[in-house]
Amino acid sequence: MNAMNTLPKYIVTLCDGPTCMHQRSKTLKAVIEEELKKRGLYETTSLVLSGCLGMCNKSPIVIVNPGYTIYGGVSPEDIPEIVEEHLVKGKPVARLAIEEDYLYNRFYRVFGDVAFFGQQMRIALRNCGIMDPESLDDYLSLRGYEALAKVLTDMSPAQVISEVKKSGLRGRGGAGFLTGLKWENTARQKSDEKFVICNADEGDPGAFMDRSTIEGDPHTVIEGMIIGGYAIGAHRGFVYIRAEYPLAIRRLRKAIDEARREGLLGTTILDSAFSFDIEIKLGAGAFVCGEETALIHSIEGRRGMPRPRPPYPSQKGLWGRPTLINNVETWANIPVIVLDGADWFTTIGTEKSKGTKVFALAGNVQNTGLVEVPMGTTLREIIYDIGGGIPDNKKFKAVQTGGPSGGCLPEQYLDTRVDYESLQAAGSIMGSGGMIVMDEGVCMVNIAKFFLEFTQNESCGKCTPCREGTKRMLEILQRITKGEGIEGDIEKLERLGTMISKASLCGLGQSAPNPVLSTLRHFRAEYEEHIKNKRCPAGTCVDLLSYTITDGCVGCGLCRKKCPVGAISGEPKQRHVIDQAACINCGQCYAACKFNAIQKS
Amino acid sequence: MAVAGDQNIQTLQEYMRGLKSTGAPCSHLIAILHKTQELYGYLPREAMDEIALTMDIPRAHIWGVATFYHYFNLTRPGRHSIALCMGTACFVKGAADILEAIKNKLNIDFGETTGDGLFTLQQARCLGACGLAPVMMINDKIYGSLTPEKAVAILDDYASREKKGVLHTGNV
Repeated sequence: MNAMNTLPKYIVTLCDGPTCMHQRSKTLKAVIEEELKKRGLYETTSLVLSGCLGMCNKSPIVIVNPGYTIYGGVSPEDIPEIVEEHLVKGKPVARLAIEEDYLYNRFYRVFGDVAFFGQQMRIALRNCGIMDPESLDDYLSLRGYEALAKVLTDMSPAQVISEVKKSGLRGRGGAGFLTGLKWENTARQKSDEKFVICNADEGDPGAFMDRSTIEGDPHTVIEGMIIGGYAIGAHRGFVYIRAEYPLAIRRLRKAIDEARREGLLGTTILDSAFSFDIEIKLGAGAFVCGEETALIHSIEGRRGMPRPRPPYPSQKGLWGRPTLINNVETWANIPVIVLDGADWFTTIGTEKSKGTKVFALAGNVQNTGLVEVPMGTTLREIIYDIGGGIPDNKKFKAVQTGGPSGGCLPEQYLDTRVDYESLQAAGSIMGSGGMIVMDEGVCMVNIAKFFLEFTQNESCGKCTPCREGTKRMLEILQRITKGEGIEGDIEKLERLGTMISKASLCGLGQSAPNPVLSTLRHFRAEYEEHIKNKRCPAGTCVDLLSYTITDGCVGCGLCRKKCPVGAISGEPKQRHVIDQAACINCGQCYAACKFNAIQKS
Repeated sequence: MAVAGDQNIQTLQEYMRGLKSTGAPCSHLIAILHKTQELYGYLPREAMDEIALTMDIPRAHIWGVATFYHYFNLTRPGRHSIALCMGTACFVKGAADILEAIKNKLNIDFGETTGDGLFTLQQARCLGACGLAPVMMINDKIYGSLTPEKAVAILDDYASREKKGVLHTGNV
C-alpha cells in the first residue's frame, strides 16, 4: 500500500467480509483511493481491507481511525464527503456515522484500549479487523510468529504441552475436550510419522466464526498449527476447509505461500532444526466430515464416513498414523497462550471453561454478527446488551446454540452462563458457536423438524440408529406439523431420540435428536397443542392455520382477487367470507389485506 | 461435452500429472473432482473415466466419492444457478416462503433445472451472510433481505435480460 516511513495520519479500514463484499467494498476501495489521490492524501493515509468486522447488518462498513468513527451503509457517492470533511477538515460526517451505542461502537472503544489492558475480550479474533489479512508484515507487527520463535528457541515440546494443558483450553469445535490432553496423548505415541490437522469444515448452518477467523487472520491459524506440530513431533499439517469458502481458501493459500517464502514454513524453520509444512484440503459439502474420523477419511480421498473410536485419531489417524486434530478457533488461541502464558489465560472465564468463545449471533436479534466474549457471560448479556434485543417489539421465545447438535433454551434460562457445563446442564450444548435468537413467531415443533431434516439429510448412512432412526423421527414431526399427530407421538419421539443418542456411531447421530429432545423438554405444551388441538400457537405451521374475515372488512375485494383458488366470495363494499373447505391456507389474502381484517389462527 | 482430446480433458490430464508424482494418488481425488467441476460445471461420466485411467483409481470408488458429497453435480446445471440459503438464520426469517415462491415461479424443486435450461435451483446450507437473512445466491451474486415478491422480481429480471441477450454469465 503506501510508504510507511512515517505514521499515517488516518487509517481507513474497509470491511471486506462476505456481506460487505457483496455490497461492493471493492468499488468503495477504488473510489476512496481516487479521492485520496485527488486531494494529495494518498501517501499519508493508510487504507486497509479487513476481515469481517461482524457488523453485517450495517454493511458496507468504513472505519476511520483515530477516533473510531464507524460509517455504515456507505455508498460510493458518500466517499467524497467523508474524505473532504473528515480526512481533510477533521470533522466526522455525523450523517453517516453509526451513533447508537451498538456493539461495534463499544467494541471499538474497548478495542482501542487493547494495548493497555491486554486482550481481555478478543483472543481468537484479536487481529481481525485491525490488520490486513493478506499482509504478513501486518501480522508480524502484531506480535505475529513471536510465539513460534519463543517455542523454537526457549521451550521443549514437553514444556509447550504442559503450558497448553495448564491453560485449561478446551476444544472450540464443540465437544470441549481438553486440548492439552489431546496434545499429550498424540505426543506420547511412537510412530515414524505424525500429522496435524486443522478442522475448518464449518458445517453448522448459521455459524461462520471459523471462516471469519481465517479470512481475517490466516497466519494465527498457521502459527498455532506449527506450534502444535513442534509439540507432538509432526512435520506435515493439513487444513481441511469447506469448498464453499473461496475467499478464506484464497487468503489461507496466500498466507501459507508467504510464510513458506519467509522461512516460517518448510525446512529448518527460523533456522531451528524443526521442519513443518501445511497443505490445504478441500471439503465438498458433507456435514458429517466435521466429525474427526470422517474428516480423516475425506482427506484420504474416500467417502467421509466415520468409524468407531477407539482407536482415537491421536493413536491411529490419517493413514493410520497418530494425528492431532483441532478446530480453527482452538488453533487461533495457541499463539496467545504461548506468549502471554497459561497463568494469564486462566484468569479469563469460569472454573472449568477458560478463555473466550466466539459466537455467530443471528436470527431475530437487532445486531447480527460475530461476538467474542469471556466464558461465563450470560445469554442475556449476549442477546440484549450486545445483540440489542429482539426487533419489532416482539417477545423473546428461545435461543438456539450448538446448531443441529444443540438445543433451544427458553426465557427462564437467559441467565445461564455460557460455558460447556452450564449449557449442557440446561439441555443445550456449547457447540461450535452458532447462536440463533427466535422470537414469538417461531414454532418450536417446526424448528425441531428443520434441524432434523438437516441431520437426516446429512446422515452418512453407515449406522442404522442414525440412518433409520432420524428418518422415523422426522416422519413423526412431519405428521405433527400437518395436524396428523396422534396420542403417544411425544413418547415415541423421546424413546427414539434417547435410543439414537445412545446407539449411534458418531457425534452426528449421537447429537441429532438434541433439537427435538430439548424442545420437548422446554416447549412440551406447544407439541401437545399441535397434537391434541391441531393448532400451531406461533401461527407458522401452514396446515394448521385457518383464516377468517372479521368485521373490519370494508369489502374492497382485494383478497377475493388475490385468492389463487377462488375460495373468497362477497359483494363489493360488503363483508367477504372465506370458504374454509376450499381454502388452502396460503396466506395471500392475509398479506394483501390493507385493513387488518383477516385473522390468522 | 467431454470428448477425448477436447480442451478440458487436456487441462484435467495436465492437472492430474502434476499430482500423481506426489504419492498417495487417492488422496488427491477430491481435489481432482473439484477441478473437473470447475472445468465442466459438473462431473461428466467421460471425465470420471479419464480420472480412473490416469490416476489408477477404480471407477466404482470415484463414483462412490462423487455421489457422497453434495458439492458435486452429476448432471449439467442450468445457465444460472440459484442457491437458496436454508440455514437456520434464513429459516427463522422466512426462507420457506421464498422457496415456495421460487418453486411456484419456476416449477422446479431443489436439484432440478428448468425446461429452458435457464435456472437450476439448489439448496445452500448456510452462505454465512446471516446478517442479510433470508438470502439467495445467483451464480456468485448474493441477494439479501428477500421477500417472496423480491425473489420473484429478481428471477424475472434475469429471465428478461437473458431474453434480450444482455447476460453472459454462468456456466458453459
